[in-house]
Amino acid sequence: MKVTRTESALTHAVLVVAALVAAFPLASVVVTSLGGGRPGGAAGAGSGGFGNYVAAWTQGGFGSALVSSAVVAITVVVVTAAVACLAGYALAHMRVPGGRVLLGLLLVGLVLPYEVTVLPLYQMLAGWGLVDTYWALILPQVGLSVPLGVFWMRSFFASVPVELLEAARIDGAGRFRILRDVLMPVAMPAVATLATILFLFTWNEFLLALVLVPQNEAVQTAPLSLSFFSGAERGAQPDVTAAAAVLVALPIVVAYVVLQRRLITGLTEGAVK
Amino acid sequence: MTTALAQRGEDREAVRATRRTRRSAASRPSWSSLLYVAPALAFFVVFVVVPIVQSVRISFYDWDGISVATPAGLSNYAAVFSDADLREALGHSLVLLVFYAALPVLVGLLLAGAMSRIRIHGLTVLRAVLFLPQILSSVVVAVAWRGILADDGPVNGALRAVGLGGLTHTWLGDFGTALPSIGLIGTWVEYGLCMVLFLAGIATIDRSLYEAARLDGAGAFREFTAVTLPALRPQISIALILTITFALRNFDLIWNTTRGGPGTSTTVPSVFVYQDAFQDRALGQASALAVVLTVLILVVVGVVQLALRERPDRDRRKGVRA
Repeated sequence: MKVTRTESALTHAVLVVAALVAAFPLASVVVTSLGGGRPGGAAGAGSGGFGNYVAAWTQGGFGSALVSSAVVAITVVVVTAAVACLAGYALAHMRVPGGRVLLGLLLVGLVLPYEVTVLPLYQMLAGWGLVDTYWALILPQVGLSVPLGVFWMRSFFASVPVELLEAARIDGAGRFRILRDVLMPVAMPAVATLATILFLFTWNEFLLALVLVPQNEAVQTAPLSLSFFSGAERGAQPDVTAAAAVLVALPIVVAYVVLQRRLITGLTEGAVK
Repeated sequence: MTTALAQRGEDREAVRATRRTRRSAASRPSWSSLLYVAPALAFFVVFVVVPIVQSVRISFYDWDGISVATPAGLSNYAAVFSDADLREALGHSLVLLVFYAALPVLVGLLLAGAMSRIRIHGLTVLRAVLFLPQILSSVVVAVAWRGILADDGPVNGALRAVGLGGLTHTWLGDFGTALPSIGLIGTWVEYGLCMVLFLAGIATIDRSLYEAARLDGAGAFREFTAVTLPALRPQISIALILTITFALRNFDLIWNTTRGGPGTSTTVPSVFVYQDAFQDRALGQASALAVVLTVLILVVVGVVQLALRERPDRDRRKGVRA
């Protein structure tokens, strides 16, 4: 393709600017978190460098928050993946009575705003005595993740050549054995991508945490702790707040660096499929 | 004719499904297959469907969550459209649609159009960095931007440095600048996603189409409108659905930057849903607003899907389904 060098260089320059803009806020938080309190802000308890991190960790209880986030996210991912594999398999390879209605319902679930569910969820879980426990975060988020999980696994299982299933059936394998021994081994990459996406969504979920675990610090997730911490500390110690934000973002960013290729292709191609 | 068009995508799916079942299973419905669906369905019904039905029910009552609820007819819904505060909030949502959906898609398309003409070096790294805003928690995003837009933040610093000190603002604190500032944060969150989506679409375009366009004497603009834009229809559709949904929900970002302030200058429906439900104990009002918000999102998503549905005469590569 013949395009002038100038055009190529210009386009690259624009792209680099776009990437710098995308990276700037995170970079600026990191820089702030290592600083010794900006002029105008009170010199924080952190006194610069990694002191801000120590201050954030001890004042904000972020150790416990990160553990809570991990417990919730991992449980939601494992349970959702399991029930989504079962349902996706049935919807792809069996005549499920009412299957089309069910898929239509799940499709609506994909774009549903959580706002419409939080109030009844709060009352239901309060009635069961589960508000301010891990269950209040895990159970609803499995339910809300089911549409994505089922669509994801169904479209993967539907793409498996039927010859593979036929062969297993002729060998006398039952339906569950076909899923466990034939399909699951080839489905692992799809499950891994789904798990990555669900983990990201669950880790970052804010509204449900704000509503469903408002009082119990022991089960509050990292984004919620950061919200409370930055609200209370607003303006007073920008460098310590920034350090807290880096602590909350760090696990996700590290995971992203490792898994970005899988995550991006999963999210972009999965969305279009 | 129109129904045939409308059903095309579904039909192809259905044909594939029947072919599969005819070969692989009895044509009778398999009741035992419900066992496989049951666990997922149970979670979805108990924690999504039942709460939505409850929301709709509560929306027809006046209720503080403690005393007995009294039937309110449609008054909660009437309030959504007549209450000045709520109407203002809906107006803010429309403004934010421009920043959260229209701008990112336009920026993404322009950049993608330029990128379709050259071989890009370092694409993997660029893509990863552009996608970064998508993976960060909205609370982290809010903390970062509060710092950037603060009185002594880098934006005001840059303005002062170039001698435009008169233009400095407390960007998230001034009545006139708070809403557009939040809007631009939304643009920042979404434009990388749009670019990455469009890039993935462009990678699937047959290069010979560009060669043909050039042989026909098409310039950069014609090439974009004749080749790139039509081929990106599925990606544009999904980008609009994702960004519009994000714009209309939009609780996290506003709650962690301005809480709707200063005054009511950045209120949006979802903030009222939260405040009505959990602070002002107006549960019926909160539910009606949440239902309206949900219907609005479903309608807009439906319209986008219909408008950008693939046409049978061209672009048969992929179905447009969310």
